Amino acid sequence: MAAKRPSGWAVRLMALDRRVIFVLIFLATALPLLFPVNLPITASPRVKAAFDTVDRLPAGTYVLMSLDYEPDIKAELQPMSIAVLRHCFRKGLKPIVLTLYPAAPGLIERALAIASEAEGKKRNEDFVFLGYKSGSQSVILGLGESIRTMFPRDFWGTPLDDIPMMKGKNSYADFPLVINLSGSAIADYYIRIAATRYQRPMVLGATAVMATDYYPYLSSKQILGLIGGMKGAAEYERLMDITGDARRGMDAQSLIHVTIALLVILGNVALFFTGGLKPGGSGGAREGTGR
Amino acid sequence: MRNGPLVITFLVATSLVAMFFIPHHKVQEGQSVLLNWANVVYAFALILGSLTLWVSHQKKVLARAEGWPYSVVTLAALSFVTVAGTVQGVEEGTLVNRYYNMVNSPLASTMFALLAFFIASAAFRAFRARNAEATLLLGTAIVMMIGRVSVGEFLWSGFPPVTEWLLDVPNLAAKRAIALGIGLGAISTALKIILGIDRTYLGRS
Repeated sequence: MAAKRPSGWAVRLMALDRRVIFVLIFLATALPLLFPVNLPITASPRVKAAFDTVDRLPAGTYVLMSLDYEPDIKAELQPMSIAVLRHCFRKGLKPIVLTLYPAAPGLIERALAIASEAEGKKRNEDFVFLGYKSGSQSVILGLGESIRTMFPRDFWGTPLDDIPMMKGKNSYADFPLVINLSGSAIADYYIRIAATRYQRPMVLGATAVMATDYYPYLSSKQILGLIGGMKGAAEYERLMDITGDARRGMDAQSLIHVTIALLVILGNVALFFTGGLKPGGSGGAREGTGR
Repeated sequence: MRNGPLVITFLVATSLVAMFFIPHHKVQEGQSVLLNWANVVYAFALILGSLTLWVSHQKKVLARAEGWPYSVVTLAALSFVTVAGTVQGVEEGTLVNRYYNMVNSPLASTMFALLAFFIASAAFRAFRARNAEATLLLGTAIVMMIGRVSVGEFLWSGFPPVTEWLLDVPNLAAKRAIALGIGLGAISTALKIILGIDRTYLGRS
């Protein structure tokens, strides 16, 4: 007896040209950015904890911020940096900012410019940017002993001793909070060294794919809050009551996720109708490899 | 003399481990000196890395190896950034700053953004519910994909609690187990190197 022929539509769907998928993803990204719908955003307990940790600090408190990311992941971490910096400025905190990534200073300068302009703050009076230093782990260790040894000058070449704001600030001990927004294992070093060895309260921001790796550190209280990916940044913006790139981007991210989920479901339905999901099924038709 | 590197490794590693736990200021000063040495080594590593990059791409260009035009672009970019950065600095309005904002930043973002297209295509073709485990993974992935974005909350208010449970219970348990495993593995590997049992870093087994 001849085997039942798989449905034509299912076979065609299985062999869907990948360029069709690319067009769908392009539209799912572009349309919500062009026509925002402002989908609701509720803050998760982790982001709320990060926000509250910053919010509880009294005005004038110094915060050490290490912003460790490059342009490849700026879509997630740049809006996060701007939101956290704006929160610090709005609360009257004094962020001392540095980076351990060579291609990061350009992004950080932009984030500082946007945040300081929005909140009316001035360089070297309300914040300092120390710039980049190579060495990652050894620099993080060194910050516990002497910031001046690691960064004798700020990003613009001004000796730290010539910046009145830096007077008496020379190690983790002088900072009641360390914030690390990172797209790499540098976050691990900060947790091991700044949070654990030097016992500094710490808030962490990470990319969405990294964020779940740090949940155990939240429950062990080694970090007090965790901002994960663009969604975390959007939640932070929501708590700040501002609309930045993260909240605008979440509409696009939502539609892309829905599109991918629908594609996966459709792919499985098509596979079912072609016999590929039955025990011993060969798929009924060759799965398209795309072009 | 054969044991020289092993002795140096043992002494430096045990000293650093001890310094990590001894808060006495003299010990910490000693650690600061070692950290400065490490930073000097890092600086030399950057120079060495740049030279190696130059030499390997130069060889490709001279040999007209496959993809040599890309090596020309790499060498040109390396030369341009090094010379312009040294002469002009990297401040706002300088050539390096413009290059960073107009070339480096958009290119890096574009490369990463392309992932969305390939992930979507790969998910459509590879994410199949062929058995119970794959079905469980597929179901969880779809719930997470929808539930972790704003539209999930818009579609069904139950999505956020479900995704939070998935993240806080099964995910956290697995992550904690993996972290402990990695930690124990790292200690074991470090001990093998410190005690000279593992000598592969010397270039021989």
